Amino acid sequence: MPHIEPGSEQALIALEGVEKWYGTFHALKNINLSVHKGEKIVLCGPSGSGKSTLIRCINRLEDIQRGRIVVEGLTLDDSGKTVDAVRREVGMVFQSFNLFPHMTIIENCMLAPMRVRAMSKADARDIATKYLGKVRIGDQADKYPAQLSGGQQQRAAIARALCMEPKVMLFDEPTSALDPEMVKEVLDTMIGLARDGMTMICVTHEMGFARQVADRVIFMASGEVIEEAQPDEFFSTPRHDRTKAFLGEILAHH
Amino acid sequence: MGYVLDFGVVYERLPELLLAALSTIGLAVAGMSLATLIGVLGVLTRTSKSSLLRIPTIAFVEVIRNTPFLVQIFFIFFALPQFGIRLNPTATAIIALAVNGGAYAIEIIRGGVESIGKGQIEAGLALGLHKAQVFRHIVLKPAFRAIYPSLTSQFIMLTLTTSVCTSIAAYELTSVAQRIESDTFRSFEVYFSITLIYLAISGLMMALFSAISKLLFSYPVR
Repeated sequence: MPHIEPGSEQALIALEGVEKWYGTFHALKNINLSVHKGEKIVLCGPSGSGKSTLIRCINRLEDIQRGRIVVEGLTLDDSGKTVDAVRREVGMVFQSFNLFPHMTIIENCMLAPMRVRAMSKADARDIATKYLGKVRIGDQADKYPAQLSGGQQQRAAIARALCMEPKVMLFDEPTSALDPEMVKEVLDTMIGLARDGMTMICVTHEMGFARQVADRVIFMASGEVIEEAQPDEFFSTPRHDRTKAFLGEILAHH
Repeated sequence: MGYVLDFGVVYERLPELLLAALSTIGLAVAGMSLATLIGVLGVLTRTSKSSLLRIPTIAFVEVIRNTPFLVQIFFIFFALPQFGIRLNPTATAIIALAVNGGAYAIEIIRGGVESIGKGQIEAGLALGLHKAQVFRHIVLKPAFRAIYPSLTSQFIMLTLTTSVCTSIAAYELTSVAQRIESDTFRSFEVYFSITLIYLAISGLMMALFSAISKLLFSYPVR
């Protein structure tokens, strides 16, 4: 049985002293982070800083060597049951969309509700239709992924994750693989989701999005959390030199 | 002294040849179906983390792919009865074809499974699907699409290999042809005719494979 942590109800996600190595490479160093219901976190930092690794630990796509990750009161461990329970509640959107090419868009959305939530085909279709409408690609439901633009594919991938009605959404550089003209439609979808109160952790370099949506911006480098602040403060008065250097680089390009 | 062609004797016994051709198709289809099953299950054990499953699979594939089919079928038909396993020629033929085709199918399908991106698997896991569900619903079909041409040409080979089952007197096209030849001494006519029949069977299979491909794998990819 999943182990229920007493007194952890307030934080939806809590990382405590998380350490991860890939062989001898120290990928995450003493990460402490708690995310409350409805919070929107933006994670940024140079490539290789561990930000993607961090969110991939939350749904156990990566394991950790030390520390503790608690999601919805469940402490992630090696038990398949806990991992299953956590993955049911945590949605994820990937940089490269990862839609299933052999299924239509609506079939992509119906797969997990039917196979994981044991929903009937009709119910799964209803929920898929609802969320495809929400990300404004209801008219593409019967097309295959390869027939859609990148922006449409990423919105379909967001809808697919939403069909599981997750408590948290993880975004792993959702706009990095997109042509510039498609970035906005995906960000708008994410902003809409944020307005609806979804708890979100977004790895992104879209600083405009961070300003507009984030409750907190977390800056990581070399596997460590270097700085954590509200967006206004983060952009106007970064404290750490590495943050300043990073912001200097990234804002010069935008 | 000229040899005068006379297809009359072949024509008279055409019903026998066509029935035998049906049996050949039956052996081939049974062999392919079981080979596909062995192929899929074998990929799971071949790529398993447990060496208890992986190593026997590798050994099986290597033994089968590096020994002659004729020896394999003789082994099943003549050697296994020493251990009390006695099979009739048809059952022997099907098992030999399945085992032989299966060993090749494992390697071919494995290539297809390995061609599926890690991102596809992660997307399935992140949605809460179990590994087996990911394999069944996400990996299998695109993997088959990727290796379909090599798998189907392997299956055409398997179909033609059924003729080796003559060696254990299984009921199939070549063995019936051999009998007609020994009855009539019309070697050219008989073997020319079954050559055409084998060509027709291969053509039929290729048409069927391409129809299946259109039905299952017509989704667009970029």
